[in-house]
Amino acid sequence: MNATEASLILMGEGMAGIFVVMFLIYISIKLLGKKRNKKSEEPKNQ
Amino acid sequence: MSFLLNGLAATTWMQVVMYCIGGLLIWLAIKKGVEPALILPMGFGAILVNLPASGAVNQYVSGLGNVSGILDWLFEVGIHASEAMPLLLFIGIGAMIDFGPLLSNPKLIFFGAAAQFGIFATISLATLMGFNLPDACSIGIIGAADGPTAILVSQVLKSKYVGPITVAAYSYMALVPIIQPFAIKLCTTKKERRIHMPYSPAGVSKMSRILFPVICTVIAGYVAPASVSLVGMLMFGNLLRECGVLDSLSDTAQHAFSNIITLLLGITIASSMKAEAFINLQTLMILALGLLAFVFDTMAGCLFAKFLNLFTKNKINPMVGAAGISAFPMSARVIQKMGIKEDPQNHLLMHAVAANVAGQIGSVVAGGIILSLAPQLLM
Repeated sequence: MNATEASLILMGEGMAGIFVVMFLIYISIKLLGKKRNKKSEEPKNQ
Repeated sequence: MSFLLNGLAATTWMQVVMYCIGGLLIWLAIKKGVEPALILPMGFGAILVNLPASGAVNQYVSGLGNVSGILDWLFEVGIHASEAMPLLLFIGIGAMIDFGPLLSNPKLIFFGAAAQFGIFATISLATLMGFNLPDACSIGIIGAADGPTAILVSQVLKSKYVGPITVAAYSYMALVPIIQPFAIKLCTTKKERRIHMPYSPAGVSKMSRILFPVICTVIAGYVAPASVSLVGMLMFGNLLRECGVLDSLSDTAQHAFSNIITLLLGITIASSMKAEAFINLQTLMILALGLLAFVFDTMAGCLFAKFLNLFTKNKINPMVGAAGISAFPMSARVIQKMGIKEDPQNHLLMHAVAANVAGQIGSVVAGGIILSLAPQLLM
């Protein structure tokens, strides 16, 4: 495998890896937000 | 008394060119405000290390043998042996970043990923120009728009171009207000640049702010273990800021600590700016490729926003995508300024800041992923 082929593999796997990390962080932020919304709704229900 | 002229007689034209480069860097730092905290020490250091028989770098002195120089020693201990200096700087950077805008508008995190494309496109371009993979990766990482990441990756991959790469990374970061508007206009229409984005911030709880750096570190650590040192230091600094019980440490990390590391880093990097290693065709190629990396990053961010606009009801201003590079907060300010220029009622600052801090995460993750994958591809 020459350097250019290796760089193209790096591009594919690298960009996929970054998007996976960002997606997981996105999900975790959403979950944190949901938990916060639930807490703020609780006093209203009482 | 002939020794008085030894230095003059030993001066080479390459050293004279380096004095000019050093002078240019000092001028840029003082007169143009180009990242003065790093560019000025580097400019002075470039002169320091290129004086004939400079005592600031390792020398062979007849009669004494090898004599250590302070700048080579600092480079060996602080960067080469442990990569300590760029990593420690991330504690200060993390303590300076407020992830609040991103936490209240999390979908903008994906721009922090898209705008890293320039790194990988530049790596491919560098290999086509004849650089080997480690050097190409070190050049491509200039596109991270993040000086410490560029230094770290090029050092870990044992690139011989640490000096030019650092100069390019910091110079182009300072030139973001010139590079980004040019690149944005290349791939957006006036109508797209006028898209309004309403800002309705969701409240962010203290618990979310505290958990965010821990969760980010764990996620990045599992997907790209090599990024743990980078992400970990960044997020450790941010945890100091957000925990609320270590205000004095957070303050120290943001100011005194960052200043000390920055001061040492700038002058230490200069030890890699010796004339014989710096003045060559490769340096010019690296400077050109670094510029392209910034342009590709910016365009990738804009094009990703345009792509998302095909599927979403609430349109995203493509310029916000360009803020997904790591140059914080310059890039966000550039986008705000451009938005107002197109339409005085178009305030994009908070969206751009969210994308910009996502770019901070994206760039260190990109650095870690390159450090994980490049050695495997070399086997």
